[in-house]
Amino acid sequence: MDQERRQGEGAAAAPGEGAAPAMRTTKNQVAIEIIDLNKWFGSFHVLRDVNFKVMRGERIVISGPSGSGKSTLLRCINRIEDWQQGRVIVDGVELTQDLKAIDEVRREVGMVFQQFNLFPHLTVLENCTLAPVHVRRLPRREAERLARLYLERVHIPEQADKYPAQLSGGQQQRVAIARALCMEPKIMLFDEPTSSLDPEMVKEVLDTMVELAMDGMTMLVVSHEMGFARQVANRMVLMDAGQIVEIAEPKAFFENPQHERTRLFLSQILH
Amino acid sequence: MSAHAYLRRDMIGPMPPPLAATGFVGWVRRQLFGSVLNSVLTLASFLLLIALAVPTIRFLVIDAVWEGASRADCLEETLGRPVGACWPFIAAKFKQFMYGFYPENELWRVNLTYALGVILLAPLLVPRLPYKTVNAILFFGVFPVVAFFLLVGGVFGLTHVETRVWGGMLVTLVISFTGIIGSLPFGILLALGRRSDLPIVRMLCIIFIEFWRGVPLITVLFFATYMLPLFLPGNWRIDPLLRVLIGVVLFAGAYMAEVVRGGLQAIPRGQYEGATALGFGYWRMTGLVILPQALKYVIPGIVNSFIALFKDTTLVLIVAIFDLLGQLRAAFADPNWSTPVTLFTGFAFAGIIYFVISFAMSRYALYTERRLDTGAAR
Repeated sequence: MDQERRQGEGAAAAPGEGAAPAMRTTKNQVAIEIIDLNKWFGSFHVLRDVNFKVMRGERIVISGPSGSGKSTLLRCINRIEDWQQGRVIVDGVELTQDLKAIDEVRREVGMVFQQFNLFPHLTVLENCTLAPVHVRRLPRREAERLARLYLERVHIPEQADKYPAQLSGGQQQRVAIARALCMEPKIMLFDEPTSSLDPEMVKEVLDTMVELAMDGMTMLVVSHEMGFARQVANRMVLMDAGQIVEIAEPKAFFENPQHERTRLFLSQILH
Repeated sequence: MSAHAYLRRDMIGPMPPPLAATGFVGWVRRQLFGSVLNSVLTLASFLLLIALAVPTIRFLVIDAVWEGASRADCLEETLGRPVGACWPFIAAKFKQFMYGFYPENELWRVNLTYALGVILLAPLLVPRLPYKTVNAILFFGVFPVVAFFLLVGGVFGLTHVETRVWGGMLVTLVISFTGIIGSLPFGILLALGRRSDLPIVRMLCIIFIEFWRGVPLITVLFFATYMLPLFLPGNWRIDPLLRVLIGVVLFAGAYMAEVVRGGLQAIPRGQYEGATALGFGYWRMTGLVILPQALKYVIPGIVNSFIALFKDTTLVLIVAIFDLLGQLRAAFADPNWSTPVTLFTGFAFAGIIYFVISFAMSRYALYTERRLDTGAAR
């Protein structure tokens, strides 16, 4: 029950020595607020009374067994997934049936998928400029400048004119990150960004994400990369059976997990 | 000896493949005479090819009559040798085959339309050339309107030419062009509608598609020509050719819709999610992300429909519109040219024309497919 109350209490206290990089959290600036969220797929109750609050600049890593609803929760935040009960407020805008609000939120929230979801018929550069030009209405020249800037940041500026299929998995995922950044989002969602990568390519993607974290981006990451979590997360979230089981700072989460389910989960992934 | 069981010291660089496997001789050996059965099949195919090609070439070229003024020049009795194709027959009727009975001194209008079409279409087909958007608007938007006024007339001092006297290649091209240009966008809209989340839209599209796919084109043409006027109020008269055009577009659109739907279904859900997450609304997502990929997947199917449509235009003969094949059949009745080979010559001529155009479409589509291949499908 202790965990129940801790849920959604906001940002963690200042990180200990040598832990996560300096946090630029502003205590009273809420980036995402999820209130009593319930969702069913048919008769299957995927999300159960989820309450959660993310502060600006916070970096959250969500873990949990497969089917625990972590991806679904993430996808509710930019409303790729609909829900039946509860409220989701992103950057002060409540997501309702109002299409304008949804568009507004989607413009501020970038997302990176497990399967990259790059547009295969467009070059890397076109992938990065498509949304800025057609959604943000940036002039093409400006969008291209921005795209090259972010491709530089994910360390693949030389691939700009290639097609996604010509790149390795790790490169594709970095393009996907750059594509999301080109919309200059305030919040980035990562849905198992390294799960479909060859082991040799995981690091290059995680490094890119660490750099992004250093720059103060608000990040929600669904991942089982515990090394990454230790390095950048402000808070860890464990989900099971559609509910949040435990929220804790990484140090406490890994060294002194409180919930039985967390201990079991950690023992299974940290062999 | 160290504890290592094995340690490679030099990496092996790439080497050329063995000679027997490459080159023309290698290919012939492997592909044509790889086994006994393979060799037998190769020889049999070769003989069959000769058996077909030799008489064809004899008929079309070697035994053919190239000059003459009447049937007498194409008769075995007068020439004293076996007679192949009677090309003077085609030459004499050529104008009819191309224009039908379009008035002699207005033919420049048809030719001008053809010329405009070619001038606008040719650069559109070459990807390297610039101004594609302007070019496309001119060809798909402006050209049909200009062509309409040029061919029909009645404005700008052009005499009115009734569609009744149009015929031959002109009619074939007008119907095919309209059918092709009209059915693709119409089919795309129907396909999108059929996959829509809006139940009424979806239902209407399904009913429409299934209805038009369920009836034969001949029925559609009959209905458009003979039944529709009965339902329309007294003095409401639609041009017979226009009625057929509308029927063809609706018919071809329903088929096109199913082809396009096949392509839409091949798009993974991640593409929709990726586009949605970037903030694209339905129409932009469809136009910029989904359709370009979906249409690329179904180029073979689309071109298949185009070719089928092009050849189906011959059915308009049933409703007394004389396309190329119709004019041909009419010309067969001319006693001046009635010889044993007239029929074969005429059909050979039509066959060659249809084949050249269909084959060109097919090859161009293949070229487009290769050009658009970004290595996505594996």
